[in-house]
This record gives sequence, structure tokens and C-alpha cells, in this order.
Amino acid sequence: MGFQIKTKCVDFLILGGGTAGCWAAMAFRKACGGSVLIAEKANIRRSGCLAAGVNALNAYIVPGKTPQDYVAYARKDAEGIVRGDLLLSMAKGLNSAAQELEKLGLTILKDENGQYAVRGTRNIKINGENIKPLLADAVAADAGITILNRVNVFSYLKAGENRIAGALAFGIDEPVLYVLRAKAVLCATGGAAGLYKPNHSGFSQHKMWYPPFNTGAGLAMGMLAGAEMTTLEMRFIALRCRDTIAPTGTLAQGVGARQINAAGEVYESKYGLTTSQRLYGTVMETAQGRGPCFLRTTGISAQQEEELFKAYLNMAPSQTLRWLESGKTPCVADVPIAGTEPYIVGGHTASGYWVNTHRETTLRGLFAAGDVAGGCPQKYVTGVLVEGEIAAKAAASYCNEPFPDVSAQEIQDWKNKLEVILNHSNPADASTDELEAQMQTVMDEYAGGISTDYACSAQSLAAADKKIAELQTQAGDLHAADLQELVYVWELRERLTLCRAVIAHLAARKETRWHCFAERTDFPDRSADWNVYVNSRMENGEFRVFTRPLVGEEICYEH
Amino acid sequence: MSIEIHAKKCIGCGKCAAVCPGSLIAMTKEKKAQIRRPERCWACVSCVKECPVQAIALFLGEDMGGLGGKMVVRREGTLLRWTVRLPDGSEKTVTVNSRDANKY
Repeated sequence: MGFQIKTKCVDFLILGGGTAGCWAAMAFRKACGGSVLIAEKANIRRSGCLAAGVNALNAYIVPGKTPQDYVAYARKDAEGIVRGDLLLSMAKGLNSAAQELEKLGLTILKDENGQYAVRGTRNIKINGENIKPLLADAVAADAGITILNRVNVFSYLKAGENRIAGALAFGIDEPVLYVLRAKAVLCATGGAAGLYKPNHSGFSQHKMWYPPFNTGAGLAMGMLAGAEMTTLEMRFIALRCRDTIAPTGTLAQGVGARQINAAGEVYESKYGLTTSQRLYGTVMETAQGRGPCFLRTTGISAQQEEELFKAYLNMAPSQTLRWLESGKTPCVADVPIAGTEPYIVGGHTASGYWVNTHRETTLRGLFAAGDVAGGCPQKYVTGVLVEGEIAAKAAASYCNEPFPDVSAQEIQDWKNKLEVILNHSNPADASTDELEAQMQTVMDEYAGGISTDYACSAQSLAAADKKIAELQTQAGDLHAADLQELVYVWELRERLTLCRAVIAHLAARKETRWHCFAERTDFPDRSADWNVYVNSRMENGEFRVFTRPLVGEEICYEH
Repeated sequence: MSIEIHAKKCIGCGKCAAVCPGSLIAMTKEKKAQIRRPERCWACVSCVKECPVQAIALFLGEDMGGLGGKMVVRREGTLLRWTVRLPDGSEKTVTVNSRDANKY
């Protein structure tokens, strides 16, 4: 199989047509009217985190609260390791993003005064089953936005050492190598699932919290291109309904369900209420023989239960199916809970690209928004939209620049490399699936997965790094029978790159800042010495890890 | 975790194959939708919702305690009628109006 080369030139290239990417496309058009191309691995109609829907906007400044309050909440939840400038600029835009979503057709619950009905102190309630089609339809309505579905972006194109000039992608249906040239590029490819052995390892292996199709592509590409990354050691681990891995927030906040152990004792107050503490409590109760743990839902009314069925159908239908087929519905049975495997996801924790206040990365012309952008946790849907908008507005300033040069030789070299993977006749001993399973087991056992209650040490991380490096060598020999398999080969390589980065970051932070998220058995306590960011950059194939001082919300941070 | 595609009901429109975020559904030569790697399904039910003839059902894998229930959804205007058919042949339906927001 040989690849045909097709070149496309646009002002703004967006990698990933999920929540951030779709919003940024529209924001860029509003800002400068320039041309936009969205390159998407699947189809923007249902791709990304919101494929199944979402039933609340979890980041909203409710009456009586201020954007600074939101910053304070996110900072406390992340034990201080956040970028104040990023959080504040995001928080200021949350409410207008919600209003814009409503204009696109999103159903938002109103109270008797016509105001958005509030859940808790930061959330508003919606019917978000169709949120992704709404975004996709709005994007498709603008003729200035080209959508390139079913292409796998695999490398940035650089003009010189520090200027991004576009990206390369291959078609999933046709053997086409796309040369996507642009004046500015937004990375919005999402975070990474599938690094660690998941809750289920058999037929239901992809029944996980985060989309299994988000493989950290944009993060790995950025690392290989020399972009600086931050806080990858702050992994995100979700506390979920056991088996279905469905959300617990709707039960906790919606019907006030408390976390209880097997004896029926409410244990949350013993451990604290930050995201990692709620998870840690569940892990500890179970480890100390007081599990399994539950959310106490028994005793809720039939009407509440019916509303829960609907709420879950709008975001995690498996949970409603489970209740209905088992008969163990929430008013008669407490809902068992468990932690997931760790993910790298900058929308919840602070992992991702190191960006300036305008969301530009350390590579000129490359921006990051959503789950790939670091320093700014607790984004949720609205925060991701704001980031996309901030990045798009800043990217508009590149419109008047000429297209950066790309190297014809580099493109030809990539074409040859892809064709070798597709055509070579001496396939590797192991398959992509086998290497993926080995990678997940190594990460699980040595780099703080479910089986070790998320804990790791310098020794275990050193062992993990060695084993992942070996798998990288083996993955270099993989063969692909078709274009879809080529995607799988690439995804595995991206995950392996990311695994090594996560290991390097976990090893660097010599404290336990967050239980579970970065749990070090050899440094079990928090230390003021580590009130810094752990950042990294790939240099000559190795990750150089270093620290940077904390950035507050009073400054506009420039690289 | 996966879906089941009912070949006799499938009309070959290809909407499910187009929308699957994992690119897991392909059309056969007979123009029937087919899931290629069921263990890679995320259970986002995008295909279940797109299918105009309820030929695609969600089920829970036995390894996660699934009991054989099959769930489909029928769209009637703004209403989504979700129906679970249990192994004993009985059915349970929950109707969601997409104009109604989540109460929780």
C-alpha cells in the first residue's frame, strides 16, 4: 500500500473536534474570519468526552459567588499546584459560555424566576444528551470551517526549532497522507486513557471513565516536538459506580447520597472532601477491611429514583440498564463504588502542556485547550469552552503572518515510515494488543495502578521505566495489516511515550501531595519544598525534568 | 461492554458506522452494519441513538455482571423512549424528554 500526499493550507488548524476544538473553531471565525480546518480521528458528531452526553455544567459561577471563589476552590482541591492566571481567566468566562450553549439549543433547567437552577455551589443542571451534536451542527453551519473526519494526526510539522507549521495525518479509510499547513495550530486531542490496566480486563475492558479512544496523541506529539509539559504526575482517578464506571456526582450531589463502608458508617469526614481525598477514603476503608464501600441511596423516593434513571440515560446509560435488568434499583440497594485506573486529563487535574496565559505552548504558533492543557484543573465542559475561545482569539493574531515553511524531505521520510509499517513482511513477535496489555500491567504494578492502591516508589518507578523502554523497542517492529491497525500501532506508541513521561514526573515529585493521584510510599508526607510545578521537556530522546515556581492570578504569564 | 446489531433489522444506512467514536463499526458487502472489535466498545451508545430502526442494542458484558438485558431507544419528536428487554421477554421503558433538564 502506498500513500498519496494531499496538502491543505488553512489559517487555523485544530487537532481534535471534541468540545474544545469545536468551540475554538467558532471563536476563531468570530475573532478574525480566517479559515479553519478541524482534523478529527472519528466524527465530530459524537467524538470526544461528551459522546454519551453530560447532565450538568459543573463549572459555573452561581449567584453570590465570584470567579475568584472558583479559583480558590480549584486551588484547594489541587493542594495548591495550579496556575492562578489560567484558572481566573477561565472562571471569568464560564457563565457566558453556558449562555452561548443555551443559544445553540442546550436545555438548561430554570427556576421559577427564570434563572438557571443551581446544583450545589458550582453546578447548573442540563439535558446534555445531545450536547455534542449541537456543537457539531453549529460548526458544520459555517462554510469557513472545513471538517476532516476519520484522519489520524500523528506528528507536528515544524519550521525551525521552535515554530509549529502544521501537522501530518493519515486517512483511516483511504491511504492518504495529509500535509496540513497552518499559521497557527490548536492541540485539542484530549487526555489519555489506556495507560494503566483498567477496572475490567476482559470483554468489558473499554468500559472505563474516560474515552478509550483518547490516547494522549497530542500530548505525545508535543513531547516529541520538544514542548514543555507540566504536572503529569497529578494523575486523575475517578470515584465511580462499580462495574458500570458511571458517575457518582449525580448521586452524591443530586440525592445527597453519602459514602458509607460495609458497616454503614459514613467515612467521608474522616479523610476530607477534596476529589483525591474522597477516593483515598474509599481505598483506605477497603484496604483496612471495612469495604466494600457504597453511596447510600436506599430510602430515596420512587420519584427520585425515576429521575435518576433519566439522569443516567443522558450521560451513562449503562447504569440505568444495570438498575433495570438487575432490579437492584437505587431506592432498594445502595450503589457500590470503586476507583478507576489513573488517567492523564488536564480538564480535571493539572496535567498537560505548559502554556502562557493566552494558552500558547512553548512552541510558537501551537496552542492547547481542554484536557491537553495543563495548570488549570476543574475545567469541565464550560471551562474547556472558555479555553478554546481564549486560545482561538490569541491564534487570530497569526492570521497576517505568512505560512511557515515545511520540509518536503521530512514529509517524504514520514511517508516512507508509514509504508514500512504497512508493508513490511517480517512482523514483530508480539501484536499491538499484547504489547498494550503488557504496558498496562507494568504501569498497574510498578507505576501506581489499581492493584497497588495507586502507590509507587522510586524503585518501582525505575523498574517501570526500564520495562516500558523495552516495550518501546518492541513496538518499533510492529506491523499493520490495514489503516485501522496502523492507528492502533500509533496509539500504542503514543501511550508508551506518555507512560515514560508520567513515570519521570511521578519519580520527580518527592512527596505525597495528593493521595492516590501521586502516592509515594517512600515519601508519604506532603512537603513545602514541593510548592512548585514539576515540568519536563524531551531532549535527545530523554525527559529532562525540572521545577518552576508557582504562578498566581495577578500576572499575565509569558514564556 | 458492547452492542449487538440485529442484522435482519439493519437497513444499511451506515449512520452508526459514520458516528462511532472508536471507528468500530463497518458495513459488510451485504450492506449490514457489523461491529469489528466488540471489546473496544466504550458503550457511549452513539450508534444506538443514531439507528433509525432500533437495530442496535446496548448490553452489559457478563464479566461486569451483565444479566442479558438489551436496551434500545426510539426517538419520537423530543422524546427518547428507552426500552430494556429482559431475557424473560418482559420489557421496561423509561421516557426522557430532551426539553427537560436533569433534576439532579
